[in-house]
Order: sequence, then structure tokens, then C-alpha cells
Amino acid sequence: MAEITAAAGAPQFDEAQEAREFEPRGYWATVGARLRRDRTTMAVGLIMVLIIALAVFAPWVATHDPLQGSVLRRLKPIGTPGFFLGTDETGRDIWSRLVYGGRLSLICGITPVLGATCLGGFLGLLAGIGGRLINTLIMRVVDVFYAFPSVLLAIAICGVLGAGIGNTLLSLTVVFTPPMVRVTESLTTQVRSRDFVEAARASAAPMLAIIRQQVLPNVLGGMLVYATSLVSISIILSAGLSFLGLGVTPPHPEWGLMLNALRQAIFVSPVVAALPGVAIVITSLCFNLLSDGLRSAMDIKLPS
Amino acid sequence: MTALRPDLRALDARDRGGPAQPLLLVHDLKKHFPTRGGGFFGARETVQAVDGVSFAVAKGTTLGIVGESGCGKSTTARLLLHLIEPDAGDIIFDGDAVGAPDGISVRDLRLQMQMVFQDSYSSLNPRATIGDIIAFGPRTAKRVSAGAARERADRLLEQVGLRPSLFARRYPHELSGGQRQRINIARALALEPRLVVLDEAVSALDKSVEAQILNLLADLRRDLGLTYLFISHDLNVVRHVSDRVVVMYLGRIVEAGEVAAIFRRPRHPYTQALLRAMPSMDPDRRTETPPLTGDPPNPINPPSGCRFRTRCAFAESVCERVSPRLDPIGGDHDVACHMMVPGSGHSRAVEQQAAND
Repeated sequence: MAEITAAAGAPQFDEAQEAREFEPRGYWATVGARLRRDRTTMAVGLIMVLIIALAVFAPWVATHDPLQGSVLRRLKPIGTPGFFLGTDETGRDIWSRLVYGGRLSLICGITPVLGATCLGGFLGLLAGIGGRLINTLIMRVVDVFYAFPSVLLAIAICGVLGAGIGNTLLSLTVVFTPPMVRVTESLTTQVRSRDFVEAARASAAPMLAIIRQQVLPNVLGGMLVYATSLVSISIILSAGLSFLGLGVTPPHPEWGLMLNALRQAIFVSPVVAALPGVAIVITSLCFNLLSDGLRSAMDIKLPS
Repeated sequence: MTALRPDLRALDARDRGGPAQPLLLVHDLKKHFPTRGGGFFGARETVQAVDGVSFAVAKGTTLGIVGESGCGKSTTARLLLHLIEPDAGDIIFDGDAVGAPDGISVRDLRLQMQMVFQDSYSSLNPRATIGDIIAFGPRTAKRVSAGAARERADRLLEQVGLRPSLFARRYPHELSGGQRQRINIARALALEPRLVVLDEAVSALDKSVEAQILNLLADLRRDLGLTYLFISHDLNVVRHVSDRVVVMYLGRIVEAGEVAAIFRRPRHPYTQALLRAMPSMDPDRRTETPPLTGDPPNPINPPSGCRFRTRCAFAESVCERVSPRLDPIGGDHDVACHMMVPGSGHSRAVEQQAAND
């Protein structure tokens, strides 16, 4: 090879300028910085921290025993001294029940999604990488689950297994796994076709290292966004199951169950009866908005 | 443009076949991709992406592969590294058949043969730092310790002209195209390969950066005793870097030979057309014969006989019936054209032969 001379000789960089602009910041640090600039997401995050804190510190925040009712103080309206959010049909303090109910509702919202993310993520990754046969096998099974509407599937599983929080969590995990498999599979297939995975394969690296270091970090972001959006659906679905009597069993406080119990009092004290619904809406809205915020923060248009 | 370099001083410690053994020998390599044509119930068809390609790369030299897009250049590159499994054909690396029981494993082949991709952005993991990208191969494939891998990455960055202190902790999107291609080269060199496949490695860069990268590649070849397989559609670049050139058309080789011979006197009508289409800086040497028109035929149903006949000005009935073989015409120059074979049945065959003498 002859040397190319002329203007474009040796590599030249303005190193002083490079040094000035040099500010190494990882992907997640960039996402964090973008999130901090996003006011809606920050506000939503604050509200969520508050809700979670109330649920966690329920014994200190609650003003009464959530299970202790009294015939004397049934269906008190909002603003009653000592019961500032009123009482329910058996005279239990709504505020205390809402705070304690948040524990179960949040657990019902987050646990199935965590389970589905692990299981669905694993299957999706396997389907995306394992070749045509494994892909067909996993994805067609997933399609079978897709044939059922998610609510019906959850009700069917809970109906078979019987009421109880454990069965609720289990059925919701089953419901959320197929969509998680799909999302992960499509993300994996996209990443797998990129040249850097080819380059990693060409480097004689073992498959597991390629998956762990090249594929997974590029799939995880999308999975996280999707999982966050599932949490709100999970909260609503689990509340729905409890409402139908298939989820949490009375007298435990849970928002869906409270909604069901207060249903009969809707004409007597409509505002109090609506409160658990309001709690459900706010919480699921928060998770939805957080998911949106995450999505836009992670959608970094890279200059190329 | 040196021919076979006689010194070969850097005969690698891993060398097995000696200086006369080509580092890479490819024989009758084939890859046909199945596709489903014409709707859901369409018949299965095959794209004949690479159809019987044979060539050799001598140690310490650069072989250029040229051709239009879609002629199978990149597929050939991926077949060589077994990123795509070949349907048929042999790949022999320094005398050892790849995948054969008594030969060399694909893994060991990849440790000695690396590739630089065209798209400098998509070939770098966006979630990893430059240092980690370069260290990935040594760490995982050779089980080098983290510290040693980092040291090697720093040394390689230095070698490709980037300051480790400035770049090792950066991410790909913070770099320019030329810098990213340097990273790609450093990554390819991290496993200390003997052969580097450069698949359109400079095609996406602008001219001044392209020149820098070509110089870098030339320096690295000299310093590390590398052998290159240089794939490009840019004839000027190929002419500049290669010792030998292979011209591909629709999955087959139509002409192969020393770079000087091919560029001075191309024998295949396709090579002639390609060279005529090269823009010239000299207004007196402007193209006078019309260049090739249209696209190459669909590789799903390639023309019978000679694949170039549908666009060839000299096509005759023999070209339709018989597929021309890649035959030597003397002086390390191979051509696959009936016009070069006396008695092939082509009316110009004899005339050409006479012109040869």
C-alpha cells in the first residue's frame, strides 16, 4: 500500500478541545439527567414515593385499626371528627383502610409484573436468540394465551384456583407473561441483527457472554418501560379480581375489595364510596405517566 | 503497490504452512438463501447469493474484492467467518480446513481472522464504553484478566491514533464516524488476528477521513504483518490498497488477477465496464462508450450460462448455453468469459486469442 499524502495525512485531533468537551457519562446517567429535567415525571415520581411511603408506614400513618368496625359510626361522611375520610359500611375508618389497602394493592400491582418480567424476559430472550425452532415453539404457545382477553384469563385462573392473594398474584403473572415474552422477543430480534452482535460472535466469545454483555443491556431498557406500564394494569386487574370476590378475602383491606363493599352505600354516601376508586386511579395513572416519562427519557436520538 | 512481498519477515509464531501456503484458500464456496416468493403459498425459491467462489490470499498481501452492491461481497465475508453457515465449499486457513475433523475449529479460526464492518455505528454496542468494546473479545474469548484487557485496549487505542485517556471511557455516540471506525479496527485487532476482513470499511467515510483510515490500515499491516481481505465497491480505493483483485458479479467471480494487470488491461466485459464507469479527473479521458445500464438481474432467477450475458454487449448464443469457467489466461490472471477461450464457440474467441499473442 502506498502512502496517501496530501492534506489528509496523519490523524489530527484538536486535543485541547476534545479534553474540554470530555465528560464521560454513561447511558443511564444520561437518562437520569433527562428524567430530572422532565417536570411531569418528577412530580409523578414524588406522588408515587408518597403513596409507597404511606403504604409502608401504614401502622404509623393510620389513625384507627383498619379491621375494627363499630355499628355506631357506620357510613360517616368526609370530615367527621376523628374520621376525616369518613367510615365504611361497618364503621371502619376509610383513611386507615386506604393506607393499609395500599400495601396489598401495590404488592398486587408490582409482584406479578416482576414475575412476568423475569419469566417472560427469559422466554423472550430465548425465543429471540435460540433459532427458528425454539422461536416458533415459544411464540406459538404465547399466541394461544393471546387468544383469551387478559381479564377473562385472570378470572378463569382465579376461579379454578380459588380466591386468595397468592392465587391472584399467580394468575396475574400468567396473564402478563405472554405480552412480556412478545416485547422481549421483538426487542431481542432487533438487537440481534445489529452488527455489534455479529462482531461479538466473530470475536469467538461464548454465547452466554454475548447475551449478557451485548444483547441484554440493549433489551433491558425497553423491557423496563413496558413493565412499568404493566404495573398500572396489574393494580386495576387485581382490584377487579377482589371486586369480584376472587382476590383478597374480607375483612383484609384492599382497594378493589373496599370498592365492592362500599358499592351498596353508593347512594347513602357517594363520595366516600368513590374514594378507593380514586386511590386506584391515582396510583395507576402515576405508573402510566412514569412509564411514558421513562420511554421519552430513554429514547435518546443519538447523533451519528 | 507491492506484489507478493518477498521478506515476510513477520512470519507469525502461529504460522503452520510456511510462506508459500496461502493464508486463506477458499474453494467453491456456496450460499443459497431460501426465500418464499409470491405470497403465502408461493413456491420456495433460493437467492444464489454466493455461487461457487474460489480464491486465495497470500500471506502478507491484500486481496481486493469488488463488485456492484448485491453481488455477494458481504455474504462472502460473513461466510468466511462462519457468521453465516456456508452451504458448500471449503475454507482453508493456513493449510487447515475449517470445521474438518483434522482441521481448525470455527472458534480458532475467529481468533485468527477478524472483521471490520461497514456501518461504524451499528457495529459498536451503544451501551458499552469504548474500552469495554475493545476489551470484550480478549476478556471473553481469551479469558484475559480485566486489568490486562484494559491495558491491551489502551495500547490498541494508541495504535489506531486515539488517546486512551480521552476515549477509553467514552460511548460510541460521542465519537465521529472516523473515530468510530478506528475503534472498530482496534476491536478487530484486539484478538491479534492474522487476517482482517475489511467489509466496506471505509465506504461510509468522507474522503479525507477515508484517506486517514487507509493510511492507518497500511501502517498496521506493515507493523503487525497482517493480511487483508479488502471488500469495496470503490475501484479507486481497491486499486490503491490491493495486491490482487477479484471481481464479482451476481455471486460469481468473473475476473481475478494482479491489480496492475486488471486495471491496465481488463479482459472481462464486466470489468471493462466497471473501469469505464470510474470517474476520471482528466477531461481528456472521459467515458466515451456508454456505461452499463440497469440493475443486475435478480439473483433469485439468475440468467442461464454466463450471468453477465443480459448486460453484455458481446453476448452470443454460447453464452446462454454454457457457463464460462474461471480459467487462467497467463500471468496470474483468470477470466470467466467465452471470448477468452479459443474454440469456445464464441465468434470473438479466436480474434481475442490472436490479440493475446
